[in-house]
Amino acid sequence: MASMRDIKRRKGSIQSTQQITKAMKLVSTVKLQKARARAEETNPYFNYMYRTVSSMLSRSGNINHPYLTGGQSGKKAIVVITSNRGLAGGYNSNIVKLITGSDFEKEDVAIYAIGRKGLEGLEHRGYEIKMDASEVIEAPTYADASAICRQMLEQYAVGEIGEIYLAYTHFKNTVVHEPKLMKLLPVEMGESKEEEASNVLMNYEPTEEEALDLIIPKYVTSLFYGALVEAVASENGARMQAMDSATSNAEDMISDLTLKYNRARQGSITQELTEIIAGANAIS
Amino acid sequence: MAEENRIFDVEIITPDRVFFTGKATMIEFNTTVGEIGVYKNHIPLTTVLAPGVVTITMDEGKKTAAVHAGFAEILPEKVTLLAEIAEWPDEIDAKRAEAALERAKERLAVKTKDIDLARAELALRKALVRMEVKK
Repeated sequence: MASMRDIKRRKGSIQSTQQITKAMKLVSTVKLQKARARAEETNPYFNYMYRTVSSMLSRSGNINHPYLTGGQSGKKAIVVITSNRGLAGGYNSNIVKLITGSDFEKEDVAIYAIGRKGLEGLEHRGYEIKMDASEVIEAPTYADASAICRQMLEQYAVGEIGEIYLAYTHFKNTVVHEPKLMKLLPVEMGESKEEEASNVLMNYEPTEEEALDLIIPKYVTSLFYGALVEAVASENGARMQAMDSATSNAEDMISDLTLKYNRARQGSITQELTEIIAGANAIS
Repeated sequence: MAEENRIFDVEIITPDRVFFTGKATMIEFNTTVGEIGVYKNHIPLTTVLAPGVVTITMDEGKKTAAVHAGFAEILPEKVTLLAEIAEWPDEIDAKRAEAALERAKERLAVKTKDIDLARAELALRKALVRMEVKK
């Protein structure tokens, strides 16, 4: 049995770790609330954008536009949104697994990393990193999203990349976050559109092609921005959960150690007593 | 009764918030092909926004705001503006707009070949719109 002093020392160290994890949990709870509020504010814009674009595409029929038909290049760009900091449970590794587990050929993929953890994980596995914009995830703004999108769309336009995907963690609610891989370009709309609003004949100004040309980048940017904001909320949610379970694990360990400590103390008292009695017996 | 019939819904949405929702009798804004004013029962139209002033005329009076980039969907009963940036006059920092204006003018005046002309022009227009709304 470990000595009393060892147990005490170990208990103290666990206690101080617990204090840290408790504090981290509180911090990420506050951050989560903020991030969630932001994600909710972004939602109306994103939903409206999606509705408009899908009703536009459903009516515009067979427009031959590069944004809809895809580029010539077989190269696939994946925007990977992770966090810059760890200690968030499976948050980052789930995204990395999502990509390594997908059926993309490693050679065809170019990674646009947002978040250092994802970048390191994928770089280690031999993926090509095309861009690193990790600082964006600290405080994503629409301007950041639009700058990154512009850069990608330029490369799409010149044929350097043929498809653009987005890997991020969808924030379902505080406890459920699912990693998601989404296709940004070429735009694909589910055919099942019940849209009763599409009965009206929409006019476009300037022409439909030009309008598409201007609206699709905005659509992509809004999807991307929405994903960034959601990822931040998911990150804090994941960290909160991880820290919560770390705190309760520490609690368990401490109570276990307290029991051991008390036993050891009792053991040493008993031993001392036995020794004294044995000594007294020996003298008499 | 005519009063009732002139009113339609207006929504202005930006990525960060729902900027404005309400009823209006007329809305004016700037598009890439020129300024338009919309009354109720306009033909369905989707158009791309250019930096400009949005004026919402309501029964209680007029409201103006600066809007940069985005697009508008006009339906007979409803107008929706999806704007990337939208600001009320009291949110605009006049000093910053003025400084931006000066900077943009300077950049356009110097015309070194490595500047992005389109961007400088856009900055100039944004600054002008902001200052106009602020007035």
